[in-house]
Amino acid sequence: MNRKKEAKKIIFNSEKEMPMVAMSIGSMLYNRTGAWRNIKPVIDLSRCIKCGICWKFCPDTSIDIVDEWPQINYDYCKGCGICAEECPQKCIVMVEEEK
Amino acid sequence: MKKVIMGNHALSYGAMLSRAQVIAAYPITPQTQVVELLSEMCADGTLNAKFIKVESEHSAMAACLGAALAGARTFTATSAQGLALMHELLHWASGGRMPVVMGNINRAMAPGWSIWADQNDSLSERDTGWIQFYCASNQEVLDTVIQAFKVSEKLMIPSMIILDAFALSHTYEVVEIPEQEKVDAFLPPFNPPFRLNPDDPRAFGGLTSPDHYMELRYKLQKDMEKAPAVVEETGREYEKMFGRYLGQVEEYRCEGAEIIFVTSGTAGYTARVAVDELREKGIKAGNLRIKLFRPFPFEKVRSILSRVPRVAVLDRNISYGHHGIFYQEVKSAMYGQTSQPKIFGFIAGLGGRDITRETFREIADYALHQDKVEEIVWIGVKK
Repeated sequence: MNRKKEAKKIIFNSEKEMPMVAMSIGSMLYNRTGAWRNIKPVIDLSRCIKCGICWKFCPDTSIDIVDEWPQINYDYCKGCGICAEECPQKCIVMVEEEK
Repeated sequence: MKKVIMGNHALSYGAMLSRAQVIAAYPITPQTQVVELLSEMCADGTLNAKFIKVESEHSAMAACLGAALAGARTFTATSAQGLALMHELLHWASGGRMPVVMGNINRAMAPGWSIWADQNDSLSERDTGWIQFYCASNQEVLDTVIQAFKVSEKLMIPSMIILDAFALSHTYEVVEIPEQEKVDAFLPPFNPPFRLNPDDPRAFGGLTSPDHYMELRYKLQKDMEKAPAVVEETGREYEKMFGRYLGQVEEYRCEGAEIIFVTSGTAGYTARVAVDELREKGIKAGNLRIKLFRPFPFEKVRSILSRVPRVAVLDRNISYGHHGIFYQEVKSAMYGQTSQPKIFGFIAGLGGRDITRETFREIADYALHQDKVEEIVWIGVKK
């Protein structure tokens, strides 16, 4: 299912309903920043040692640990390449996006 | 306990007594001693706080913001170029509603390179959404720090405490250091309405569409408008416990005056001496020292200045292509009032040139005898 279609934009009708800061206003539910990406990280799980360093370094929290294995969330990964740079196993490579 | 301390250390003692939990700072003259003493207090255990050394003022404020968002009471201090480098983060602090308290020692902006007092550094940050207090004595500095934390944490708006380079920062005065237990009773631990919490993860400061941005700014302004009353009420509470009152302005012999000086910072104390001398000569002078500059104390300023025929505003700053900044502010506050004094604007003391009793004699002489209001009168320029 297309999650983008599922997401609803949060609209407050009055300032009184709003927090005093831009806090959890849900803008990332519909603002899928993965579309900005030119190159994408691809993990070779056969060489992955599950150290979690990519998960820790990702500045956009776009790497989830699923059943102990790293999984990239391409809806939000902007393709910065930090995970590939930091991976001690060098098992993450940056691949050109094709559209 | 009474102690003889410099203005900079009055800031340090204020932060210590307020039990600041995180201090991040970068050294710059004439501020350095503020955080130097705090770092010693952190090292020897006098103050149970985390002292973070950083590579720039931009990072200093960034570290303070992270700490504030995590729920820590946070303090820093800077000056001139350092404050300018923080500029972006000053907006983050107010927009993010993080009640950081910061000391800023008024130092002239370079070039020409200067370490001496003038107000262009802090006044350039006028519109960043910080509360600004201008101080005139070391006691006032210490008392203001403690009250600023209370005001800031109540409104979730950061505060800047401002003192003149050298004239106050390095000047030693007797200061009553309040007892820690009493300060604790006045200022309870910081308990923010929102914070970074792993059990309730949230994103802060995220993309805000045109649907909501304006409402956030509306809320900041509405809370800023509450600040004069909160400063007043906090001041009265402090007075009850410590016997000293700090309000939004300090009025000196304004009753029945024919001319009132409007001043800020240490010039406000020099003005009191000048007022006494003028009164002895039969000239009914008075002084209105503005302590709270943001939010502007409209009510107080209007009620005092509408009783007087002539007002002379002293600015140790200038908005190039306009006028002195306090002068603009005072004129705008008096606009549309039924009683309109003649308001003159004087610029003096830029880059640390002394402001003396003679300065005020010259100002009074001019403002009492001119009928046409000239918008900038320079005092002491070697023409």
